[in-house]
Amino acid sequence: MLEPVFISVMALMGIGATCGLVLSVASKVFYVYEDPRIAEVEYFLSGANCGGCGYAGCSAAAVAVVNGQAPPSVCIVAGMESAVAVAGVMGVDPGSAEPLMSKNECTGGDRADNQFLYNGVNSCQALSALYGGQRICSIGCLGQGDCIAACKFNAVHMGPNGFPVVDETKCVGCGACEKACPKNIIRVRTMSERLLHFNQEDDALAPCQQTCPAEIDIPRYIRQIKEGDYEGAVYTIRERNPLLLTCGRVCPHPCEDMCRRGIEDEAVSINQLKRFVADYEMNSGRRLPIPCAPETGKRVAVIGGGPAGLSCAYFLRRLGHSIKIYDMMPKLGGMTRYGIPEYRLPKEVLQWETDGILNLGIEFQGNVRLGIDYTVDSLKNEEGYDAIFMGVGAWKDYKLRAEGEDLKGCFTGIDFLTRFASHQQGDSPDDVPVGKKCVVIGGGNTAIDCVRTLVRLGADEVSIVYRRTRKEMPANMVEIEAAEHEGVQFHFLAAPVKAIGDDQGHVKQLEYLKMELGEPDASGRRRPVPIEGSETLMDIDMLITAIGQGPDVSFLEKEAAIKDLEITRWSTIDANPETLQTNIPYVFAAGDAQTGASLVVEAIGGGRRAARAIHLYLNDEDVTPIPKSLRKKHIPESLFESVDGIILIKRTPMPEMPVAERIKTFEEADLVISETDAGRESNRCLNCCRICYDKDSCAA
Amino acid sequence: MGDYIVLIISCIFVNNILLAQFLGNCPFFGTSKKMETAVGMAMAVIFVLVMAGAITWMIYNYLLVPLELTYLRTIAFILVIASLVQFVEMFLKKSIPALYAGLGIFLPLITTNCAVFGACVINIDKEYSFLQALVASFSYAAGFGLALILFAGLRERILLARVPSPLQDTSIALVTAGIVSLSFYAFKGMV
Repeated sequence: MLEPVFISVMALMGIGATCGLVLSVASKVFYVYEDPRIAEVEYFLSGANCGGCGYAGCSAAAVAVVNGQAPPSVCIVAGMESAVAVAGVMGVDPGSAEPLMSKNECTGGDRADNQFLYNGVNSCQALSALYGGQRICSIGCLGQGDCIAACKFNAVHMGPNGFPVVDETKCVGCGACEKACPKNIIRVRTMSERLLHFNQEDDALAPCQQTCPAEIDIPRYIRQIKEGDYEGAVYTIRERNPLLLTCGRVCPHPCEDMCRRGIEDEAVSINQLKRFVADYEMNSGRRLPIPCAPETGKRVAVIGGGPAGLSCAYFLRRLGHSIKIYDMMPKLGGMTRYGIPEYRLPKEVLQWETDGILNLGIEFQGNVRLGIDYTVDSLKNEEGYDAIFMGVGAWKDYKLRAEGEDLKGCFTGIDFLTRFASHQQGDSPDDVPVGKKCVVIGGGNTAIDCVRTLVRLGADEVSIVYRRTRKEMPANMVEIEAAEHEGVQFHFLAAPVKAIGDDQGHVKQLEYLKMELGEPDASGRRRPVPIEGSETLMDIDMLITAIGQGPDVSFLEKEAAIKDLEITRWSTIDANPETLQTNIPYVFAAGDAQTGASLVVEAIGGGRRAARAIHLYLNDEDVTPIPKSLRKKHIPESLFESVDGIILIKRTPMPEMPVAERIKTFEEADLVISETDAGRESNRCLNCCRICYDKDSCAA
Repeated sequence: MGDYIVLIISCIFVNNILLAQFLGNCPFFGTSKKMETAVGMAMAVIFVLVMAGAITWMIYNYLLVPLELTYLRTIAFILVIASLVQFVEMFLKKSIPALYAGLGIFLPLITTNCAVFGACVINIDKEYSFLQALVASFSYAAGFGLALILFAGLRERILLARVPSPLQDTSIALVTAGIVSLSFYAFKGMV
């Protein structure tokens, strides 16, 4: 009776025991060494084997992490805690545990014309196989929603304008949408990757964005303003430019010169729109939170708290590095604080902006001079910084090299502006004595800043002496016009020869030669030629020379470690224009110190470019130039020549304080446009290139 | 010789394990979304099924029949197939790492594949000789691979089609599988 049961049990046990024995022997015989960390890493992954990470199961993902092919944040299900735990096992910095986020690069727009009628299946893959899509725009979104179908987390939906919108709260960064998109428009990147992206030849960029030295995504923020999403617009600008209040006021907006609307109509007032949203944030009384990547533990010293230094510090901080800014002046801002007068950029506004940057956790030490209080050597070897950024600016006025320029009552441009600004904001007790009949030599923005400041200080007669004509003046046209309105006299084609002093050594007369225009010189401007015997005397009691400025590199005399730092013959720091790395690998330079006196926005762009190189350097990667870099270049076919069919709409004029009032005060002369005007102005944007530019149904 | 050709054709087409016997439907739907995974799965099944067919035939005829324990067939086969897959995985990892990397995750997945078990049981039911069982196992696996790869191709094209939303994804796949299965009925009278 019991025998068959006994036999069957024994037989099964026999089979089981044999299998177990064979397997255990096999596991010894066929033992393959496996990194023990794989098992540890796998423990922290979700175990769901969902494949959302792109690897075949959790163990494959664990292997990829251990082999360094996947970041610790590989598991899209387990989230941040798992990423930190995995980073702990791997002993890597959790900085790479930054979450990935999908973002639609296409800002959509008014759909472009169709080249042909498409009746095939509703799929981007299929559509792009047919001549790259049916729209005349060959680079934009096809709008069939392959990314929506690919998303397993319902994070992508079709927006009202026919292009997909990503819900950032649902996105886990799995990358399925990016793989599904045949046009490479929807991209999954970490914030750091987005912050460090530079214009490349195969990006779809509007002419304005190609021109902007900071590479701000201009069409995107204009579109956000149009939709009333002012906070979104602020975020868009902050991805490229941390000084939006400053740039919104003082930027000479080279972008607007390339605006395609300007071909038939007036250019879109891009910079006033930037100022509008920047002021909107400031006046709302609430600072929009700025996210930063997890701490990396790397430390960078930023020398110079001007636009280049602030920009570099801001981007490096957002990438997770610890930053300290050193500056010779007591407050942050550099030339924007001490060079740009109060009426163009109120100190209060600048303070609000720099406070916002310091709030990210950046340290600042003012009143310390490079080469006197500290050296690059001491920062590197005593303080132990991993990299050093030099944004020391161009603070040294060029000399006129004329007789009598050291007389009493003679100043140089930057020196005058800085001394006055320091006194005005209470940094320094020394007032600058102002004359009654003042002359400023030079035609640049510094010269104009000097004359407009002098007008406000109550000088009776203020004139500019410039050796060429108004057309050749390098200053911004709006600034020249404003100076004219404020009663400044212009003496063109006049070359100063010498300043003549009185018995007490105080300047009393300026002698100059009259000029005429001759042949064009190397810069394409017609060279002024002196007229023989045309010496003229002018009665003055104050003279400012503002004929240009360059970096002050005298600190190098005190340096041991970087005494070999290469300097160009214009006394700027010689750095690779793409990476901004100098011949000393841990020293990077940007801004006026590297380019020579230039725009604020140029320095901001340089600061970000240097931040990218420093980030690579700190991560022990090769500091290589950006592939297919579009720096200072344009994509030829994007600069289309005709924009027919446009209905002319006047550009919103800049609101200004009346001349009679503004010449008595240092209050801001240019005002911000109203919300209605901002909406109207943003509607003038043609949304070039990035999307379908459709001349028949464009927003005009 | 002619018998074997008939056996092969019958196992691949007429009695296709997926489309005529409806075994192994989970991997059929699970791994047929992409051609790449379908090919991987097909290769893994061919590899494992041939080995499982041989081992289970021997277990049955040399162990269970002499001991009069044929009623333990199911549980014994499951035990043996599961162990076999584990063993093969370890063996490949050590000896043929390239093949192991190629089969990847599909190898352990076969532990729970009813097509493998089903084919082994059919071999016993039809009272095949050892060689016949071996050929039949290979043919069933090839039929599985054929159906899977065909179906993956179909599903990749379905992705491009306008499918009404209630029928999307698995629903339309099931409908399609039905139609493909019907078309395989055309082979019915061949053998």
